[in-house]
Amino acid sequence: MTGWPLLSIVIWLPTVGALLLLLVNNRDGSRNGLVRNITLVASLATFAATLALWAFYDMSGAAEFQFTERLPWIPAFGIEYSLGIDGISLLLIVLTAFLTPIALLSSWEGVQKKVKEFSIFMLLLETAMLGVFASLDLFLFYVFWDFVLIPMYFIIGIWGYERRVYAAVKFILYTMAGSVLMLVAIIGVAWINQNQTGSYSFDLLHLYGLQIPARTQFWFFLAFAVAFAIKVPLFPFHTWLPDAHVEAPTAGSVILAGVMLKLGSYGLVRFAFPLFPEAALDSAPYLATLAVIAIVYGALVAMVQPDMKKLVAYSSVSHMGFVVLGTAAMNMQAVQGAVFQMLAHGVSTGGLFCIVGMLSDRRHTRLIRDYGGIKKVIPRLTAASLLITLASIGLPGMNGFIGEFLIMLGTFRWDARYVVVAGLGVILSAVYMLWMFQRVYYGEVTDEHNLTMRDMSVREWAILGPLAAAAIAMGVYPNAFLKPMEPAVGRIVQRIEQHQPFRVENKPVAIRRDSPR
Amino acid sequence: MTLSTFDAVIPVICVSLAGLVVMLAESFRGRNERMPIGGLAVIGLVGAAIATVLLWDRNATSFGVVTADNFALFVNLVLIAVGLLTVFFSSQTIERDRLPAGEYYALVLFSVVGMMLMVQATDLLLLFLALETMSIAVYVLTGIRRDQPASTEAAFKYFLLGAFASAFFLYGIAFIYGVTGSTNLDRVGSVIAAQSMSGNPMILLAVGLLIVGFGFKIAAVPFHMWSPDAYEGAPAVVTGFMSTGVKAAAVAGFARVFLSALEPMIGEWAPVLWVVAAATMILGTVLGVAQTSLKRMLAYSSIAHGGYLLVGLVAGNDVGKAAILYYLAAYAVTNIGAFGVIALLGSRDRANDDLRDYAGLWHSQPALATLMTIFLLSLGGFPPTAGFVAKWYIFSAAVASGYYWLAIIGVVSSVVSVFFYLRVVVMMYMSERDARPLPAPLSRVALAALALSVLAILYLGIVPTQIISIAQASVSTIF
Repeated sequence: MTGWPLLSIVIWLPTVGALLLLLVNNRDGSRNGLVRNITLVASLATFAATLALWAFYDMSGAAEFQFTERLPWIPAFGIEYSLGIDGISLLLIVLTAFLTPIALLSSWEGVQKKVKEFSIFMLLLETAMLGVFASLDLFLFYVFWDFVLIPMYFIIGIWGYERRVYAAVKFILYTMAGSVLMLVAIIGVAWINQNQTGSYSFDLLHLYGLQIPARTQFWFFLAFAVAFAIKVPLFPFHTWLPDAHVEAPTAGSVILAGVMLKLGSYGLVRFAFPLFPEAALDSAPYLATLAVIAIVYGALVAMVQPDMKKLVAYSSVSHMGFVVLGTAAMNMQAVQGAVFQMLAHGVSTGGLFCIVGMLSDRRHTRLIRDYGGIKKVIPRLTAASLLITLASIGLPGMNGFIGEFLIMLGTFRWDARYVVVAGLGVILSAVYMLWMFQRVYYGEVTDEHNLTMRDMSVREWAILGPLAAAAIAMGVYPNAFLKPMEPAVGRIVQRIEQHQPFRVENKPVAIRRDSPR
Repeated sequence: MTLSTFDAVIPVICVSLAGLVVMLAESFRGRNERMPIGGLAVIGLVGAAIATVLLWDRNATSFGVVTADNFALFVNLVLIAVGLLTVFFSSQTIERDRLPAGEYYALVLFSVVGMMLMVQATDLLLLFLALETMSIAVYVLTGIRRDQPASTEAAFKYFLLGAFASAFFLYGIAFIYGVTGSTNLDRVGSVIAAQSMSGNPMILLAVGLLIVGFGFKIAAVPFHMWSPDAYEGAPAVVTGFMSTGVKAAAVAGFARVFLSALEPMIGEWAPVLWVVAAATMILGTVLGVAQTSLKRMLAYSSIAHGGYLLVGLVAGNDVGKAAILYYLAAYAVTNIGAFGVIALLGSRDRANDDLRDYAGLWHSQPALATLMTIFLLSLGGFPPTAGFVAKWYIFSAAVASGYYWLAIIGVVSSVVSVFFYLRVVVMMYMSERDARPLPAPLSRVALAALALSVLAILYLGIVPTQIISIAQASVSTIF
């Protein structure tokens, strides 16, 4: 590996771009073009750097975390600037860096006021999200985790649609309410560690080995799980999401759905489960129950939405339910499926939000009934939409299929009942997506405004092209993504399985083990 | 008696001298002569800061009643910073509001003297004198705009209730003297410890009375009634000054008395303060939500912050003591900055402190709005600002002593407080501008001071190591 602090470069490159933007005097908006270009270059450079991470990443996963960096930050409390990635974080980091330029392009024309500030917030947001995925120190993680809220709050609140202020405030309060309790739990974990070992540490790897009394573990797990469940968002904590998604500008929705929801599910996999394995295993059935409720409920609510953006938002609730289900099942296939589903959902839902944005850029409406028959007017956009739609439904050969299939396969070996209900969600997702597609694109043109819509521009090709390519590539050759995460997932599953004997359950333990029966 | 006897009071002397010089300068000033009176105040405060730094680690004492241990010096530096920032912000408002510069600065300096002595006092009687010196100067400052009835009313209320609380405090000292035969903190502490007096009703009464006295100065619930009125009526700069300086001095004095002399009775007073801290955090934030005047909102917010500080006191461990120091530093630079912005946006006739007055501020004054945002985010405890590290520190202390519920009440109320801090942000960024006159050109000194506060906030928030280790070192020498 190189001697460069590659991970730090990846994380802070967007911030460097934001600082550069501060130097541009753009008060009257005359340099919007320059600002946009600097932002795009910064985000593309970040993406290139993450590809370098992938290229240099040792797939065998001999070391649990790679590209590690450690610097003392607040030595008095053992807090370190400690970074490192395993396969799971690697893929999510690449996803983040992949979606950010796309998000920027998607608001290229939609955002016209205060472009410089918008760009700065987008870049800061990227740094914070990357930081969450790369932190190996609980304190550092929390700092990034909490900081994510600020740029997103401004992006929704300033550049959003009509009810943006309400949505922004709801978003930030809701997510904060969850995370502050996690902060207390983090402090609690650190103190238990201090009592047991006599020294302070927020180092994740160190804390993994901590023995926490069962009762305490339960409360800590609850605090972590609620924080993450709100972010995912898991039913019944999802009510902030439709508002935030609908009111956010396109770029905000893309990032929100594409990356930010994954912060929650990543947190479950990386922090909540391995830190408190016994409590996690005890709570897994409840989590899984909520997850299948989310899958079905999200799908049903999505079906009746008149607003395309809201429909996509509720479909996220449904799809993310799969991720939580896979995490709760906690075996090799299920967790691999969950991580894969995170990536797949990021690509396909990001794409769906881009398409809704493109349509509403043209017609300034997001209501399904204002469209109809536009296939004849904009054939290319229709084709691209069909592709992304199918990817989202989970057509075999596309990205959504692999994730949901693996999750259901893994969950089946744990408890088949969940799979039965979750399977319903798969069917429903085809119903609501195809029904929307039919109402928007097929039939006769009912509104004559729709006749003058222009087809895809070069910029829009640059958005949907990579997304479609990624959706297909992930479906056709999933091993490219499953392979890097394999050792990482294996370690997490193993770490939790060690605690299996503590579990009070009437099922034979072997049923959850990963070896073939 | 050698010269070194005076060591511990040198910083206080510097500020006192500056106060006297400022008063004299004002009386010799010609009718229309412009005099850099603020500059004289700055010289005095900087001198005090230098003296404070030089006294570091020396543990000097004077006359057996004043100490210059690191704990006191740390708080003194915070107080000096508060004084300096107050002077910088005042440069604009004094001219705008036609305030008597000499009297104004002299009062600021004398109250700083009182605050510093309050922190350094190791004798309850001196503590009382210092508290009165500080309070009387602040009462007058509150009502310094004699042409405004609201200001006068606020000062009068503050004075009456303050005098009442001082009486409680003095009464408490009397009881302590009656039981232990001394007002010296060390002596009181050793007598209480030696005779295991914790059950003695007299001493319990004394502790209760002292809690009332300190609680009043910190504006802890239920002794907070005066503060919204006083904070709203006083000129914004003065509000910033008293919401940080008075609070810092009172909390430091509180900590010294309760964690040294009354430490043996922690089992008795900690549950009481637990309730007070919880009530203060909850009520401060809940009432803050309902406010439409920014000054009043920040008044309730600073009540809540007093509650957070009390959490550190309840925790009573080394982490808590250091956390109090860190929190004081973080809170002081943040809160005074926020009030500085309010002061700059006011005009002679109108305070412009209604929430509506901030509508669209981002469009008319982007720099000021950005600064205000950082102050508010820090008050709300967002990373990477000072407020986040400070809150984390305080709650760590609570958790370390097993006060999980206090920590939970603290974090939840801080989420609620975010709601009203964000209301200001929403106004500044997400509302269209109302037609209203632009404020006069902003003074460069004041802007520089604001920028300085923001730098301090980011420094404390991003690289807190140094200040944390200084704070830790400061508490290890005493208690």
